[in-house]
Amino acid sequence: MKINDVILQTVTKIVVFIILTFGIELFLAGHNSPGGGFIGGLVLSSAFVLLYLVHDIETVRKGIPFDFKKIAAIGAFLAVGTGIGAVLFGEEFLTQAFDYFDLPVFGETELSTVMLFEAGVALTVVGVVVTIISTISEDV
Amino acid sequence: MLTITLSIFIPFLAAIFIPFLYKRIGRHIGWFVIIVPIALFILLASFIPSIANGETYEHTIRWIDSAGIHFTTYLDGLSLIFGLLITGVGSLVILYSIFYLSERESLGRFYVYLLLFMGAMLGVVFSDNLMVLYVFWELTSISSFLLIAFWYHRKKSRYGAQKSMLITVSGGIAMLAGFLMLQFLTGSFSVREIIATIGQYTDEPLFLFAMLLVLLGAFTKSAQFPFHIWLPDAMEAPTPVSAYLHSATMVKAGIYLVARFTPIFGTEMSWLYIVSGGGIFTLFWGSFNAVKQTDLKALLAYSTISQLGLIMSLIGLGSAALNQGADANSILYAQATFAALFHLVNHSTFKGALFMVVGIVDHELGTRDIRRLGGLMAFMPVTFTIALIGSFSMAGLPPFNGFLSKEMFFDALVNARNFDLFDASTIGILFLVVAWIASVFTFVYSMIIVFQTFFGELHIEKLEKQSTREASIGMLIAPSILAVLVVGIFFFPNIIGNYLLRPAMNAVYPTLAGAEGLAPKIYAWHGFESVALWMTVGVVVVGTILYKTLRYWKGIYTVAPMKWSLDSVYNALLETLENGSSFLTRFYMRGYLKDYLVYIFSFFIVSVGAAILLTGSYSFDFSNNAPISLNEYLIVFAMIVAAISILLVKSRKTAMILNGVLGYSIAFLFVVFRAPDLALTQAVVETVTTALFLLAFYFLPEWKKEDSPIRTKVFNGLIAISVGTIVTVLALTVQGNKMFESISSYFEDSYNLAGGKNIVNTILGDFRAFDTMLEVVVLFIAGIGVYTLIKLKVQKEGRDYED
Repeated sequence: MKINDVILQTVTKIVVFIILTFGIELFLAGHNSPGGGFIGGLVLSSAFVLLYLVHDIETVRKGIPFDFKKIAAIGAFLAVGTGIGAVLFGEEFLTQAFDYFDLPVFGETELSTVMLFEAGVALTVVGVVVTIISTISEDV
Repeated sequence: MLTITLSIFIPFLAAIFIPFLYKRIGRHIGWFVIIVPIALFILLASFIPSIANGETYEHTIRWIDSAGIHFTTYLDGLSLIFGLLITGVGSLVILYSIFYLSERESLGRFYVYLLLFMGAMLGVVFSDNLMVLYVFWELTSISSFLLIAFWYHRKKSRYGAQKSMLITVSGGIAMLAGFLMLQFLTGSFSVREIIATIGQYTDEPLFLFAMLLVLLGAFTKSAQFPFHIWLPDAMEAPTPVSAYLHSATMVKAGIYLVARFTPIFGTEMSWLYIVSGGGIFTLFWGSFNAVKQTDLKALLAYSTISQLGLIMSLIGLGSAALNQGADANSILYAQATFAALFHLVNHSTFKGALFMVVGIVDHELGTRDIRRLGGLMAFMPVTFTIALIGSFSMAGLPPFNGFLSKEMFFDALVNARNFDLFDASTIGILFLVVAWIASVFTFVYSMIIVFQTFFGELHIEKLEKQSTREASIGMLIAPSILAVLVVGIFFFPNIIGNYLLRPAMNAVYPTLAGAEGLAPKIYAWHGFESVALWMTVGVVVVGTILYKTLRYWKGIYTVAPMKWSLDSVYNALLETLENGSSFLTRFYMRGYLKDYLVYIFSFFIVSVGAAILLTGSYSFDFSNNAPISLNEYLIVFAMIVAAISILLVKSRKTAMILNGVLGYSIAFLFVVFRAPDLALTQAVVETVTTALFLLAFYFLPEWKKEDSPIRTKVFNGLIAISVGTIVTVLALTVQGNKMFESISSYFEDSYNLAGGKNIVNTILGDFRAFDTMLEVVVLFIAGIGVYTLIKLKVQKEGRDYED
């Protein structure tokens, strides 16, 4: 029996964007407020999980043609890579740097290498959670 | 001298080349192998004059400097005798096996093992360093193991090889422990240094243990009672191996060791008692049991055991000379050792010849069972002659060398009666009587070899090969040489006495070295007043009577106590050990995860609980605790209810949801205790894991009610409560007793240090980013793991794997 869940799908279209925005907000705010790479990544992946629940796997895969295993790998590489990057500048492994820049739209903004590291964490979390859930559900 | 060191290595080097040569020249490989022992024999023989002049040679190659282990070789009279025996008998045995083994055998393997053994044996006798000695000692065990199991397709060969390996290696390990104790006492691994300093340490308690352990090694190797049981089973080896290893060389390694260590331990009375007592009993037991054997090789094996016991007891008696310093009697007592060394040489000659004779009989007629043999004298005259010479020498009859050493043996025992060490009237007499009875049995079995094999009637239909002809000349050369030696030594014993035994005596008695009369002249004729002569006459008379009446008294071997053998004890011991250990293992390795968890938690309770109780460190201090608010009470109450309910619910889904309640409650606690990052993460992670659990449990069968007995439930409950209590006590103790200030104040400056106001995040991303990085990697590995496990399972269905 084909269930017509049009309300769910319509709501999802809006909610997914809210969740994605919230996840990115958590990720960006992490340095000064609660949040950060891990929780941001989890929230982002929950958006993808919601998509899997509402649509079937094939549809989501067509809409988001990423291989989440690769995303996880890129994330892990980024996290380790920031550590090695510090070594290239003659610092200890995983030394983080930060400074303040005057950017055109944002005004004075802090940019730091921690952001890269956190991005690695977030990508790994997203990649791993989505990979696990989609692999298990495919197996079902 | 480097030459001696090289002579150890030459057999090993030659062994390396044999496989290549064997591929090229095939069955004639033996002719190349024989060059090695002959060359070594000539080399060693060239040392005889200088050794006889009292010189010794030493050479050191530094091996493991920091441990004091050097490759030191030392050549003196004692090691020269053994070196000559090993290479001399070795040459003859290889000559014999060239004709004995058929070309269908894997000859390459045989000669490799044999050369390994020869090198190891030379290493044992030439090594001065205890550790190097031990290495070669074990090498002889291993190469002997390989040689016994040469026909490895036979079950009995494998059994015999395993038995000899187990017994000799156990003794070897004990000996290693003894060596280490000696080194601990004296600080040196060198035998000669230990001899020089041991006098200061004889009162140490370790000294006695070292002595017992070294003796254990010597007794197992030399097949002394009760460790003799491996030797008869080792007769499954090819006959040249039996002749070489199990009569002339390896079994004498223990005797070498005892002789070599006499200057170290000989001053102890217990050494004298153990060595000579053990030897005398082995002498009796071996000769007594030899008479009942029907297999010629088994008979010779027991005869070897008995003769080894004789030599051992003589060396033990000889140590009396060291007991009281050097006085006139010392020289007299030392004669026992002289007799031992002389008999050692004699035994190697006649026993080697006898084994070869038995090999010839076996080879030509296909059986060694004396019940089938008989009447071989007519068509095997040469073999018969050699057997006659060997057996009569073994029985101690003139004009063969066994007569001389047997007379000296009796002389030594007669002298031993005068030891002020013994209670002269009892133990001395007892030794003499036991030795005499053993000699009578020796006479009887020697006669059995000659008369039951070569006299009587020939029953050709009982033989496996129905050919009646003399063995080929090649096979007869080696035993003939030995037989000539047997007679030759009788007529010219003093050549051996002067050139070999005298320097060897100096090596055994360094304190008496060079004393007049230490190595006496050997006379065949002692005059009528000699006690030994009349004892020999008695042996011959009683022995002849016993042999003639053999079938009347053979019944005593079937009397119950005689039937109990040490072999069955050994077999039962092995079986008990195997059953016992598998029972023990099955008792606790039950294959249930539940049981192992019980072990782990019980260990935790016992170790941590006992530590807390014994050290009394359970002190609670609540003075610094913050007040508890109402909402904290509420959350904790909800958690307690949920946790207890998990234990009682009937379905898995309910348990899972209750588990989720616990997780969300913890998230609330994080909120209450002001940890927003943790609260966020906990909430999302709890959601994800609960979802995953529900997904996975969908496929599991219904949750079965646990139907374990009430006792187990109570036991498990007790363990759970104890673990919980201990963890609580630990936590409260740690909480209440802060020993120093927290370091967290440093991180509060995070905005200046790391440019972030969120301390948790700066710690995770900056201060301690290494942990986070590795956790990311862990997460990644887990994800890949889930993916692989599921995909691999799909492949498994195609049976594309191995179980």
